Amino acid sequence: MDALFLNQLFNGASLASLYLLAALGLALSFGLMRVINMAHGEMLMLGGYLAWMTLLVVPGALGIILAIPVAFIGAAAMGGLIQSTLIRRLSARPLDTLLATWGVSLILQQGARDLFGAIGVEVRAPEWLSGSFTLAGITLPSARLFIILIAALVLGALALLLLKTRIGLLVRAVNQDRMMASAVGVGVRRVDFTVFCLGSGVAGLAGVMLALLGPVTPNVGQSYIIPAFLVVVMGGLGSIVGTTASAIILGLFAALAQIFVDVSVAQMLLLVFVILFIQVRPQGVVAVKTRQLDA
Amino acid sequence: MIRSRLLMLATASCALALTACSGGGGSNTPTGDSVSVGVLQSLTGTMAISEITVKNAEMLAIEEINATGGVMGKKINALVEDGASDPSTFAQKASKLIESDGVSTVFGGWTSASRKAMLPVFERTKNLLWYPVQFEGNECSPNIMYSGAQPNQQALPALEWAVKQGYKSYFLVGSDYVYPRTANLILKKHIEKDGMKVLGEAYVPLGGTDFSGVIAKISQAKPAIIINTLNGDSNVAFFKQLQAAGISPKTLPVMSFSIGEQEAQAMGAGLVEGSYAAWNYFQSLPSDANSKFIAAYKAKFGKDAAITDPMVHGYLDVYAWKAAVEKAKSFDPDAVRKAAASLGGFDTPMGKVSFAANQSLVQKAYIGKLKADGQFEIIADSGKDIAPEPYDALAFPGKSCRL
Repeated sequence: MDALFLNQLFNGASLASLYLLAALGLALSFGLMRVINMAHGEMLMLGGYLAWMTLLVVPGALGIILAIPVAFIGAAAMGGLIQSTLIRRLSARPLDTLLATWGVSLILQQGARDLFGAIGVEVRAPEWLSGSFTLAGITLPSARLFIILIAALVLGALALLLLKTRIGLLVRAVNQDRMMASAVGVGVRRVDFTVFCLGSGVAGLAGVMLALLGPVTPNVGQSYIIPAFLVVVMGGLGSIVGTTASAIILGLFAALAQIFVDVSVAQMLLLVFVILFIQVRPQGVVAVKTRQLDA
Repeated sequence: MIRSRLLMLATASCALALTACSGGGGSNTPTGDSVSVGVLQSLTGTMAISEITVKNAEMLAIEEINATGGVMGKKINALVEDGASDPSTFAQKASKLIESDGVSTVFGGWTSASRKAMLPVFERTKNLLWYPVQFEGNECSPNIMYSGAQPNQQALPALEWAVKQGYKSYFLVGSDYVYPRTANLILKKHIEKDGMKVLGEAYVPLGGTDFSGVIAKISQAKPAIIINTLNGDSNVAFFKQLQAAGISPKTLPVMSFSIGEQEAQAMGAGLVEGSYAAWNYFQSLPSDANSKFIAAYKAKFGKDAAITDPMVHGYLDVYAWKAAVEKAKSFDPDAVRKAAASLGGFDTPMGKVSFAANQSLVQKAYIGKLKADGQFEIIADSGKDIAPEPYDALAFPGKSCRL
């Protein structure tokens, strides 16, 4: 049981990293714009396919490294397109945004099906990513270590961006008080656009990580979008710290639950856990201070 | 703030399921110079990796029959529908094909979940489904022709082979739906009866790609062999993550029931090389009928196409239907199924097979080992034809099939 428990702790950390990468973009854009982007999962899918295409051009280890910026930029561009054409025009109506982005999600899935076929494509991980290390009797697959590392780097970079740069300052300003920020001359729309691109880009990056673990299929994003929503809901909207904490909690919860029950039951328990958590702590893991009198 | 969070939670919960409805009416007696049949497979979703080619094989048989004069002088008009890897979609599309389009019969389905969803539709409309895939048995409907293997034609021969090889401890991995759970129930009964051990059993949702927990359990249990009843593209993730955890077919063999040549090719044979599969047909089966079929398929769908057991079953189903219609001199599903069960032996790419009285196929079982080129080397076979037994005596005592 001990080795299994340790193994699942590690697996929980890698699952948490995936949840985090998938949820960060959602948390950012939701915190800022209060819109739910149902096409967020397709940004993961896009990242996966971009990784696959990058590896067709540049095979091997360099390809995977190169795939990270390619997927980031590609997904960010797609996110920017969705934001500027759809979400911006519907931003006052959250339910319409939800429906419209769900439509986008279906279009993107079918588009991928038409372009790449309904059968998934396989990203071959390079040698140094397809092995594993053994440590204290537990197996640590390099791909999962790599995912944890990338998630930590992305998180660090985002934190620096938000806390140390001018754009970060503007994002925080808009997040705290949209009206006031706008009144003192912050380009609110540009901030929205930037944040949306950034969030989509991070999701594209998550797609590259998914490609290391399994096939890239037109509906690959669908299996991660639900946990990502749950992470955001539990984290306290728009809080990076809260999102990180709740990704870790949920990743570990899912992995440790799998010691006792099957994956399907673990997923159900995850939902129940989040519902109960919100009963106890409606503001989420971290309550975000805003100056808005929000309902 | 809180309200928006609840909205999001509701969204997350609701995103899990969506359905639609359809209805209509039609008659199933063909008029004029053509007869309509349905071809219903998943062209999208997690099962597309396996089912698109079954649709291709069914269409190939239909075209060949049309080129040689059709069925009782009528051209077959195939209506293709997408079951989208979703049981409720399969049920809706079956009802559309039968009730709105008036097809005489339907070829299709793969997962048992899809078959179970379609079954009431076929029973209600008194139509006939030709089902091409191995399954868990424990079902016997007059409105389905089961050409795929019953458990005693695939799972049990595979277990017999594993016992002969000296494997004494087993780990069962499967997708989380009726076929893997029932097949594993049967396997468990037989493994325990023979005094061996099942060290663990784990299920992952259909289409799931996270095997970290399952593989941790496998590493913990250290079984002699894994029996894999995963379906669809989950297999890619499973083998990929096995490899990443340093488990190779050399150290821990895997016996799979849903990986054929096509899946091996799509996954990259390197990933699954050296693992085992049990089927009633392999592309590498040496026979003239098989070579002819492979050539015809490749001519139509490309020279790199892989041929699998369910494809051949889908193909022979169409020919069996034609023969049964001509024997019954009628397109009436009830007359056709009775004629099919008394056809006797007919020639197929997998050799001579026949439908038993219980509407399942009498066939041989083969064990194959996957080579680097994505083809299986046949390493064992049942020798004789195996009569289908829908109800395993250990798992379902006292049940039998009366049609």
